[in-house]
Amino acid sequence: MCQVDEEYSGHLERRSVPGVSKTCVKCKESTAVLIIRLGDAFCRSCFKEYFVHKFRAMLGKNRVIFPGEKVLLAVSGGPASSSMLAQVQEGLSRDAPKKLRFVPGIIYIDEGGACGQSAEEREKAVALLENILRKTGFPYYIVPLEQVFGLPDSVLESVSCSPEGSGLSYKAAVVQYIQQNEVKQRHSESAGEEAQDAMARLSVHSQYGPEHRQALERLFSSLKTLTAKEDMLQTLRQHLILHTARVSGYSKVMMGDSCTRLSIKLLSNISLGRGAALAADTGFSDPRYGDVVIVRPMRDYSSKEIAFYNRLFGVQSVFIPGLDTKVPDKASIQRLTESFIIKLQADFPSTVSTIYRTSEKLHTACPPLNSSAEPAVKCLLCLCALDTKADEASAFQAILLSERLSVGKAQSDPPSSTTAGSPGQSCCQESGCGAGGCCSTSRASADLKSLLCYSCRLTMKDMTAVDSLPQYITLEAEKRQRRAQMKQEISEFLLEDADDDQE
Amino acid sequence: MPVQCSSCALSRAVLKRPKTGHSLCKACFFWAFEEEVHHTVVSGRLFSRGETVGIGASGGKDSTVLAHVMKVLNERHDYGLKLLLLSVDEGITGYRDDSLETVRRNQQQYDLPLKIVSYQELYGWTMDAIVKQVGLKNNCTFCGVFRRQALDRGAVMLNVDKICTGHNADDVAETVLMNVLRGDIARLRRCTAISTASDGEGAIPRCKPLKYAYEKEIVLYAYFKKLDYFSTECIYSPNAYRGHARAFLKDLEAVRPSAIMDVIHSGENLSVKEGVKMPVQGTCTRCGYISSQALCKSCVLLEGLNRGLPKLGIGKHHRLHGKILAQQPLTQEEEKKLKAVDF
Ligand SMILES: [Zn+2]
Ligand SMILES: [Zn+2]
Repeated sequence: MCQVDEEYSGHLERRSVPGVSKTCVKCKESTAVLIIRLGDAFCRSCFKEYFVHKFRAMLGKNRVIFPGEKVLLAVSGGPASSSMLAQVQEGLSRDAPKKLRFVPGIIYIDEGGACGQSAEEREKAVALLENILRKTGFPYYIVPLEQVFGLPDSVLESVSCSPEGSGLSYKAAVVQYIQQNEVKQRHSESAGEEAQDAMARLSVHSQYGPEHRQALERLFSSLKTLTAKEDMLQTLRQHLILHTARVSGYSKVMMGDSCTRLSIKLLSNISLGRGAALAADTGFSDPRYGDVVIVRPMRDYSSKEIAFYNRLFGVQSVFIPGLDTKVPDKASIQRLTESFIIKLQADFPSTVSTIYRTSEKLHTACPPLNSSAEPAVKCLLCLCALDTKADEASAFQAILLSERLSVGKAQSDPPSSTTAGSPGQSCCQESGCGAGGCCSTSRASADLKSLLCYSCRLTMKDMTAVDSLPQYITLEAEKRQRRAQMKQEISEFLLEDADDDQE
Repeated sequence: MPVQCSSCALSRAVLKRPKTGHSLCKACFFWAFEEEVHHTVVSGRLFSRGETVGIGASGGKDSTVLAHVMKVLNERHDYGLKLLLLSVDEGITGYRDDSLETVRRNQQQYDLPLKIVSYQELYGWTMDAIVKQVGLKNNCTFCGVFRRQALDRGAVMLNVDKICTGHNADDVAETVLMNVLRGDIARLRRCTAISTASDGEGAIPRCKPLKYAYEKEIVLYAYFKKLDYFSTECIYSPNAYRGHARAFLKDLEAVRPSAIMDVIHSGENLSVKEGVKMPVQGTCTRCGYISSQALCKSCVLLEGLNRGLPKLGIGKHHRLHGKILAQQPLTQEEEKKLKAVDF
């Protein structure tokens, strides 16, 4: 039917060729070398100033990084995170008033094992990257994705959310930092070399064993769609970064997402059913992990600006192929969204900035602060607040009903169900359990589902062998289930709303 | 090898549900489809017993299936509703003539009263005449604004309590995507609501019983029920931006069939910052219809058409509303700006 139901006035402007002026719009003297937005022509030095200022302004405006705080920079080798690294170096090298005052470290997650790369290819890529990292003088951690098989289940435990550090105000932190620094200054001469050494010792290049390599291969081949693979990769990567940050005492993690990247992420997350966590996933800061906060200081730069800056000022980056390298547009939701936005942006130059502005109007909830109540139940995998307790009139309930009505009464009883909701998936044949019985895989998958958010359920639906998940996830799942069961047993004696915690 | 129906496990399956991937027989598909709409109606508390409900009927597949299912459910579950068909004649030669014929046939088949309101009779302009003046670029703006009011006015004439429209899950998901692309946070928040409240005097509450029904399943339902509908796109080209959103949604659905519901789920769970301004609803000083401005969109558009200044209602010209209300002439410069129409 015709969809023009509401008034939609105003049309988007198509690309128009700007009149190129030969001089810089800022200093009005030097010759312009590039045009960033329509009509804004900059010379080299004014562009640099503009670019550097934007980084500081983003941090200054949000005031979430405290002086002296340890900040972990998540680097992928790509242009945006490399540019972020360069900005931090730049900011730390400045003189007093304009100097950045946090303590950086770097983390790189080597995902080659999930993308089918050979050991040689991976070593080569890591060597190239390590070259760049070493030059910064910052401690760095190179962590292969295989390490997820060695993570403790405590990674997934909810840590209560305490925004603004440990109750300290930003201003108080600044004062404290300056006092401490004065003391440090006096000792600095003798300690200089030792500090360098300590820093080098801090750098960790973790290795992985063959059994973990196989486990990772098994995990990713168990995911039937590229959409699910990309989603799982994102989840595991976050867990590793989170764990490294905690173990090494970093309370902030900086991600290099550009404005372009975030627009793509916003639309693809909507398409993946992640609307509830959209603000946290695309905003400046993401408080979902509680003690470690994710920040995105590059969110004001377009990928074009970043490319210009990197080229003009020799910022090195390394191309490392990922899961979605060289795959067709329609291979996954994430890939499809990316190509859709890039194409639309080419026709309508305001596309990215318009979507980006949407993300700024969304609410970043930090729910578990309400008095004595237990922290909100979080998704086992992505750790966002669960969005599956929707009321009857919702898409979530509607799709559950569609599935119930499609399998009929005989099969829809949960306890005896073997593969409800996924026809054709006869995992029971191999293990030899009868029609009425229940093999461990489908049982585990049914139990796990109740601990997941809407979108992570979709990912698990695309997974054939739930037991290929790393142990820290299954252990934590069992722990949560035991607790839920316990709570049910004693529910009649609890005075608070006992249903709060369970599905 | 014939596939067995996954629901009754007795009959042969004749289709694979686009929404869930299950193979179903005809009877089980009809049952599932209808009961899902019933669940939407009940859980969303869309109607109350004794109400008169106008079904927005365009003769297209969505409203034809809606009319059929509403009649079935009203009897099966004893809703106690008085149903009738409500159609709008936009005055588009070669498009509306045929589809209104279909609506008239539906009226006889379903034995439901029918009311047709025309743009010509309400506004003094047909869409054909409007397109002649404004061209093909903004005509959908006019049509959309006029249709909304036309349905309301028709409903008032028939003492209708509620209007239901044939918007399906694809339409809702597409609107979510489009509002993201346009950065329209106010509409993004509203567009997944299953019904609009009855606040504002000129507007009659509306709801979408097919909100969770896939377009493809609506076609399947109509096909197997042998329902008669008129299928064509409006001959005047639709909004280009919606076209992008639509194409994108189709691609998403091809990659992951649940994507349509997933987008709606996202839309239903967005939380918008409190500080973001939402327009305040008032009423139009000229016609009394709900409006956030002194004059409603429809009255401004109409004024523009009648004065030969078609761009009046298209851009933002709120400051001219005072002059229009006072029936004052516009300055030459103002006129010049509003006259030019780029094709
Ligand atoms: Zn999740
Ligand atoms: Zn059947």
